[in-house]
Amino acid sequence: MLGDGSLERLKREGRIVVVGASLAGLRAAETLRAEGFEGSLTMIGDEPHEPYDRPPLSKQVLLGRAAADRTALPRLRSVDATWRLGVPATGLDMAAGRVRLADGDEVPYDRLLIATGVRARAWPREAEAELDGVFVLRTRDDSAALARRLEEGPKRVLVIGAGFTGSEIASACRERGLAVTVAERGAAPLVGALGGVVGAVAAEMQREHGVDLRCGVMVTALEGDASGRVRAAHLSDGSTVETDIVIVSLGAIRNTEWLAGSGLGAGPRGIACDAGCRAFDIRGIVTDDIYAAGDVARSPHPLFGYQFLSLEHWGNAASQARIAAHNMISESTDRIPHMEVPAFWSSQFGVNIKSVGVPSLGTEVLISQGALRDHRFIGVYGYQGRVIGAVAFDQARWLPFYQELIETTAAFPPPFPTVDRRSDGQRPVDADFPDPSVPTHGPTVTLGGYSPADRRMTFTPAH
Amino acid sequence: MTQSLLHQILDYANRANPYPLYEELRKRPVHHDDGGPYVVSTYYEIRSLLHDPRISSDVRNLASTAGDPLAEPAQEEESTLPPGFLRLDPPEHDRLRRMTNRPFGPPHSPHRVDGMRGELRDIVSGLIDGIGDPGRMDLVEQFSYPFPVTVICRLLGVPREDESRFHTWADTLAASLDPDPDADPTERGKGAHDARMQLGMYLAGLIEERRRNPGDDMLSQLATATGEDGSMTTMELLSTAALLLIAGHETTVNLITNGMLTLLRHPDVLQRLREDPQLAVPVVEELLRFEPPVQLVPQRTTLADIEVRGVTIPKGASLWLVLASGNRDPQRFEDPDRFDPDRRDNQHLGLGSGIHSCFGAPLARLEAQLALSELARRLENPRLLEDPPPYRQNAVLRGPRHLHISCDGIRP
Ligand SMILES: Cc1cc2nc3c(=O)[nH]c(=O)nc-3n(C[C@H](O)[C@H](O)[C@H](O)COP(=O)(O)OP(=O)(O)OC[C@H]3O[C@@H](n4cnc5c(N)ncnc54)[C@H](O)[C@@H]3O)c2cc1C
Repeated sequence: MLGDGSLERLKREGRIVVVGASLAGLRAAETLRAEGFEGSLTMIGDEPHEPYDRPPLSKQVLLGRAAADRTALPRLRSVDATWRLGVPATGLDMAAGRVRLADGDEVPYDRLLIATGVRARAWPREAEAELDGVFVLRTRDDSAALARRLEEGPKRVLVIGAGFTGSEIASACRERGLAVTVAERGAAPLVGALGGVVGAVAAEMQREHGVDLRCGVMVTALEGDASGRVRAAHLSDGSTVETDIVIVSLGAIRNTEWLAGSGLGAGPRGIACDAGCRAFDIRGIVTDDIYAAGDVARSPHPLFGYQFLSLEHWGNAASQARIAAHNMISESTDRIPHMEVPAFWSSQFGVNIKSVGVPSLGTEVLISQGALRDHRFIGVYGYQGRVIGAVAFDQARWLPFYQELIETTAAFPPPFPTVDRRSDGQRPVDADFPDPSVPTHGPTVTLGGYSPADRRMTFTPAH
Repeated sequence: MTQSLLHQILDYANRANPYPLYEELRKRPVHHDDGGPYVVSTYYEIRSLLHDPRISSDVRNLASTAGDPLAEPAQEEESTLPPGFLRLDPPEHDRLRRMTNRPFGPPHSPHRVDGMRGELRDIVSGLIDGIGDPGRMDLVEQFSYPFPVTVICRLLGVPREDESRFHTWADTLAASLDPDPDADPTERGKGAHDARMQLGMYLAGLIEERRRNPGDDMLSQLATATGEDGSMTTMELLSTAALLLIAGHETTVNLITNGMLTLLRHPDVLQRLREDPQLAVPVVEELLRFEPPVQLVPQRTTLADIEVRGVTIPKGASLWLVLASGNRDPQRFEDPDRFDPDRRDNQHLGLGSGIHSCFGAPLARLEAQLALSELARRLENPRLLEDPPPYRQNAVLRGPRHLHISCDGIRP
């Protein structure tokens, strides 16, 4: 392609299609225009709404401080695109360069960006999942419906799963004065992302704020009343929780089913792509016209031993989108890799939680500043003698420093004193992550096969 | 020579335009001469050191200051008050700053600063109304100085009838931060000491009064707070109030004065601001980059050996972070010596960064925005009578001592 003018032609009159019209899709479209793409741009999204922001959905919206329909993402520039909203893409023909839509249309592309994200994992027993009062929280509509129901003042709310979303929901409910039970299969909230040492702090926060937190248990069944409204949940320890709202927060499933049989390397763990966001086909060969970004992408990170990371982080989606868009319309020599250090934030029970790097890759944790008991501290995660992640509870201003330690593969444990003399002994301890082979919350669902013929979903109940 | 470079920066002769010297300085991102402080002048290095937990602001850790030309002589009266949170490390710093923030900003008092908008406007109008002869005014004396002190009085809840006494003490204390080579140091030291004593006694009385009859002001709320952090002792309250007074006012004076000076040197921007008061927001942001009121942060100490760009700053060293130089670092800002309110991604260091980043930033920004847009609107055809104006001695808190301007009239 070098120097033969085809790139110029692409930029002038090419066709770029973006599937998934949310954060990653929008930021990519903006970057394309900012970098001089003048051709046709089509944005395909299965939701009927223009791109909106998800983090407020489990925070401000549930608190009644923002309306779910007022969370539109700010537009950084005009993108002048054809919007196909409310229509899912249903298939991809790589050879012909076409995306099939549910309404029967086909959209041809010269470059394709896949940014279809993830969806909430539903309660696995379908009949129970359909009971009135059982919710998941991923979309604007989910959040609006849930906020309305919370407004009515339910007697009790049950949250299944204490990951970030579940914990944020519990926090919002408590702030509204609602009685909340949280059922978590693991030993503590947030344990999968941050380990048991920090998870214990999260557990303390929940209990201090009046959450009826139950760890090491599973919800085995949901029970409805005669009118089809949920009324109780049964737990693996034999207990029953009477509740009129159940929020299922069991993590997410990547939206890749529509790519089944396309020949693209897409599956339940996401779309594998290179550090430049170019997707692999099923043979492991990189494509040159198909890119992936955001929650649906899985890409190797040089800083983390080239492991393929899939991240459900806002910042990751925004930055990958920019990189994918840039690379799509650049000569190979001008392409840039996605090397950003992962970063994530959450806010719950009045505490601002931020992480950098990949704490869950760590085996040990050192509280380098602050104190666990104050719920204000920095935990540094170590892996094989180097710093691999850090988390801050109400200490976010220090994080850039720890990010630098991660970027420069600094030694763990860090060999220096810090300004905070009170830190917990400056000795690393086992970070206490659960055995990775045992899922922390909920059952595991895996999709098998890539061709439509052997497509199947395997449900492994949690036990 | 390097030795002279540092001294040149402190040399009053270069006060009006220190930027060429900073440019020299940046040729060596970490500058060190025997016995002197380690001086860091480039953007990325400063920013990273501002977030470095191996760097202490605690006076008790302060490196031996021999050779540091900015080191403060041990001040006797300092010992009467514990240090404000600006000179403390976590966890004490965090606790005091957090408690002070409760009545000042989000999440507990999200409207405090914005709620003062109307009052600030009135103060600004009143000061401009009182200017008198438009043919020759000193913007510093008549406007930029009284404005922030009046604001801090209202914020703390100093009764109107006491404001003038408060102004006098504040002026004396502010002057003591600004060594005047011509004044008799013992005389000045005594004046400052007396002012501090009187101010301290006055505030202590006010705190007692507020404990009995709390109002809606910050001092009442600080005096009566009983949260998860407990409450402040009277001594802590006094030093916090003193910190708010001094830090909040010395900087805003310079921000506004430097601002007007810069606008008068860029009449096109002044004209745009006159037509569109909204422009005040990016104008003030660019001012904080271009002419930051706090030029450098001294008084930091390393708790460990720290490597910066190949130079090891040893444990216990005294450190200067030259914010104003980082703000003009061409590695970070395109065309850094240009005053450009349309600049994008203006992440300057003018208000610091990290846990000690300017506590009063939202208020300082609002004060400067209101002041500059009103001055632009009301002063008819303003001109500088002296350029450069006479500067104050202080190299750290840099700004004109007077700003004499004239205009054709003052619009209503
Ligand atoms: C409640 C909640 C709170 C969060 N809070 C935080 C937080 O505090 N901090 C943080 O860092 N991150 C947070 N996140 C994560 C963050 O929102 C995501 O990382 C981000 O939205 C990812 O953007 P994306 O564009 O990759 O995917 P998505 O936002 O999931 O967008 C994908 C879009 O593609 C659509 N789509 C799927 N399949 C198809 C198809 N076949 N055809 C057409 N369209 C399709 C989807 O419906 C969706 O609109 C939160 C997420 C949720 C749900």
